Amino acid sequence: MATQTATIPEDLQVYWSQLDCGFPRVAEVFPDCMRRALALLSGDGVAAYIEHAGFLGKMGRGDEPILIFLEEWPEVVEQMGEEVLPDIMAFIRKMSKSPNSKAIAPFLQSLPVTARRLHTRELLCDYLAIALELMERTTSSVHGIHQTFPSPGLPEMFIQAPVLLTQLSLAGLKNWVDYGVRYYNDHPDRQVDYFSLQSADSKAVLQRERHGTLLVDNNRKLTMYMRGLWQDEDMLIPYSSGFDELRKPIPYYDKLGIRLPDVYDDAHGVTGIDRYRATLAHIIAHRRWTQAVIADNMSPFQRMAVEFLEDSRVENLAMREYPGLRRIFLALHPAPAENACDVENESTVRHRLAMLSRAILDAQHPYKNKLILEYAQRFHALMANSEGSTQDMVDIAISFIVKTRLPSDNFAAMHFKDTVIDYRDDNRQMWKFIEEGDEEEAFDEPRKIEPGDEVKGLPPRHYHEWDYNNQSYRPDWVSVYEGLHPSGNAADIDRLLEKHAGLAKRLKKILDLLKPQDKVRIRYQEEGSELDLDVAIRSLIDYKSGAQPDPRINMSHRNDGRSIAVMVLLDLSESLNEKAAGSEQTILELSQEAVSLLGWAVEKLGDPFAIAGFHSNTRHDVRYLHIKGYSEKWDDTVKGRLAAMQASYSTRMGAAMRHAAHYLEQQPADKKLMLILTDGQPSDIDSKDGELLIADARQAVKELDRQGIYSYCINLDSKADEYVADIFGRQYTIIDKIEQLPQKLPELFISLTK
Amino acid sequence: MDNKEQYKVHKEPFYQAQGDEITLYEAAYRARLPVMVKGPTGCGKSRFIEYMAWKLNKPLITVACNEDMTASDLVGRYLLDANGTRWLDGPLTIAARIGAICYLDEIVEARQDTTVVIHPLTDHRRTLPLDKKGELIEAHPDFQMVISYNPGYQSLMKDLKQSTKQRFTAFEFDYPDAKIEAEILSKEAGIELGLSSQLVKIGQAARNLKGHGLDEGISTRLLVYAATLIKGGVTPKAACRMAMVRPITDDADIRDTLDHAIDATFA
Repeated sequence: MATQTATIPEDLQVYWSQLDCGFPRVAEVFPDCMRRALALLSGDGVAAYIEHAGFLGKMGRGDEPILIFLEEWPEVVEQMGEEVLPDIMAFIRKMSKSPNSKAIAPFLQSLPVTARRLHTRELLCDYLAIALELMERTTSSVHGIHQTFPSPGLPEMFIQAPVLLTQLSLAGLKNWVDYGVRYYNDHPDRQVDYFSLQSADSKAVLQRERHGTLLVDNNRKLTMYMRGLWQDEDMLIPYSSGFDELRKPIPYYDKLGIRLPDVYDDAHGVTGIDRYRATLAHIIAHRRWTQAVIADNMSPFQRMAVEFLEDSRVENLAMREYPGLRRIFLALHPAPAENACDVENESTVRHRLAMLSRAILDAQHPYKNKLILEYAQRFHALMANSEGSTQDMVDIAISFIVKTRLPSDNFAAMHFKDTVIDYRDDNRQMWKFIEEGDEEEAFDEPRKIEPGDEVKGLPPRHYHEWDYNNQSYRPDWVSVYEGLHPSGNAADIDRLLEKHAGLAKRLKKILDLLKPQDKVRIRYQEEGSELDLDVAIRSLIDYKSGAQPDPRINMSHRNDGRSIAVMVLLDLSESLNEKAAGSEQTILELSQEAVSLLGWAVEKLGDPFAIAGFHSNTRHDVRYLHIKGYSEKWDDTVKGRLAAMQASYSTRMGAAMRHAAHYLEQQPADKKLMLILTDGQPSDIDSKDGELLIADARQAVKELDRQGIYSYCINLDSKADEYVADIFGRQYTIIDKIEQLPQKLPELFISLTK
Repeated sequence: MDNKEQYKVHKEPFYQAQGDEITLYEAAYRARLPVMVKGPTGCGKSRFIEYMAWKLNKPLITVACNEDMTASDLVGRYLLDANGTRWLDGPLTIAARIGAICYLDEIVEARQDTTVVIHPLTDHRRTLPLDKKGELIEAHPDFQMVISYNPGYQSLMKDLKQSTKQRFTAFEFDYPDAKIEAEILSKEAGIELGLSSQLVKIGQAARNLKGHGLDEGISTRLLVYAATLIKGGVTPKAACRMAMVRPITDDADIRDTLDHAIDATFA
């Protein structure tokens, strides 16, 4: 003890004794921390600092909490003031009383960054409340006696807090945390994955909750911007800007399209969408005016200078086209201070170039440096009467680098502050390389072309799923795989149709009646089949009162064509293999007969129709089996697929309906009808809450309704009343006597479309 | 003849030729060939016909067609009056009698059974039978038939029949080149050429979006409106929004893009 205190200087002894701490590592850092604290904190602040540090040292959690606290606290105070200490200590006490004291160290560690993001005490308290809720909800107790297991997600959340807070508002953070707690509360490993931002889900929800302008939301606007203002067109491909903290990706373009960050926050008074437009304007200007030049003979500095100048040139040309761009460029372009860097000890090439670039852009720049002024002048003189060329920029750039060269240019310490112009692309298209590289091995190895996986079926499509618990969609939750239904013997279906020949004959009569349908009245005819009384009386009144009567007092009729597109969606889940009550046939066989008859009937009517089946095996594997498409005829191929119908797995109805809807939506018909033939309620083995998939199906029906698709359910479950109305409202029929299905289904269709 | 006078165009309408359409029209008129003018809305079709009527010093009778229009709306009908009935000539009949240029604007809007009444007037016969009245009118030597239509926005159902199309010589109009269009704006509204080229630039941004959410680009007519507003003291940005963007679209994305085009053009 004596040896340790000996290292503490005299003037700090009094604080050291107040701290009353025996950890040797604490003694090592104490003098430095204390001096900093004395410089930054008030008298009361210092007292509180010592007191709480002492508390942390005596918590029985080792020296880590006290060490972090001593080191980080002064900085937190600098950001937020001393008054936040009680809130933070109250939170730490709560953690230490729960099994979560392991999370104290990550919490303290994240504090300075958190403080920098949150600024005010109110926001910090909100943040602590979110963390507290997370802690309470994920700390599990066994047998309900007392809390035993620490929250798996809490420390991870603190570790991720800096990333999270840069991208989310507190409301967004709360939603993100809620989502993790709700879905992973009973699965500690996945909870850790979620809160450490490892799982796809976690990233997807983060993306959804982000602040700023998302590229996906504005894709159409930006495509229009390119097409309308620049007559250019390309794919806009987002890259994630959220996870690469060290090396931020830069916009660029290549053969596949223009790569832009997935989100732009408003910055420097420029809205996110305008930042996208600035980036696009810059890239399009390159595409329009830049000719690639050969890079091999230039040094890296020369190349950098050429890039800066060429960027300035294309922007100059773009601003000639649209002068309003200048406001945006000016706001986004950094204005490096002239004397910001230390010429002796750091490389200032970037700084000089950024100043030159600013001087070219901004006529009111404050720079006095003669060379900067001279070269800006030279640039403008060149551009005054022409468009210039990339080669002109090469000449100016090389001469600029030569003239301004400093001994410090080769230093590793580069001055970066205010030199990154973030709306500009990485200029990769500007260079031609004659040799790919200098390394010897570069010549030996022939480039390998990855063979790539063979495409089997279509790639999965992802659909949202509605979660009624928090009234929001789970993003990209369900994967739907679409494939052709395996084929069987078409003759089986013909045999089924023959079996129902009597029924078919009756149906045919109805169909014949149905064909010429939809009489539409045409009014205001001078000559027509009937007198239109309303108009005739009006004309008579006109005539009596001396005004010019309308002679078009007749009406006639015309037959309007049917314009209905139909999608028949079959539930092919395991339960269809059961025998129907009071029948020798399985439900599947009966469905098969019914759909065959329906198919035959619709074909007779000539309405475009498609048939598909679906079943699911968890959300990762929803199968959508294509039986008949709109462009296919009702022929042996289709009948073959129908004959091979098999049932297995479960019923995830919402995703299948959404997928079917995206085909039906593309049909040009006036009326769109989706018939869903099912024998039970939506369910899947990975969904414990039976209500969830019912709610999702209901939501899917609402979505379809918005797309102008009328969905109608034919349910074979006699106990379906409990849920089917919840999903489909009044758009359903329950068929109790399943053996009547083959007859009922076509009849139903006919009456629906009459 | 008083009747004829009222249909004349007395003051020279401003028309900026885009090519040799004026000479070609005069040639067509000399032979009294029927003329069809096609082109997007607001590109100057009606203005051109008006100008030609003025130039040739002939009366011009314009009929705006609509889908409720019947053949009798064109040729005329019997009306009841105190003494029984009285025949009233329709605009087409009047034109054929007095030797006017009869201009049927947006002809495809009229139903197809209506458009066929113009057939006998548009071939070598140059006659108009009034079957209800039992009269056959020989067209006046000065009479000429002109129709216009916009091939862009009408539906498939509304196309001219081949038998109608093949009775006409045709001019295809489009929005003028940027330079000419700017001159038109300057002359029509009396604004500077620099300002009018900026307006044209915004107009072209919108025309590039045609088919991608816009059915028609911003017409020359709307550009003239904007220019007129600016001349009247409205700020250019506000005038453009009011006259050029708000009328043509309800789509928020397009509106934003065009608003940005305005901001980017007027620095």
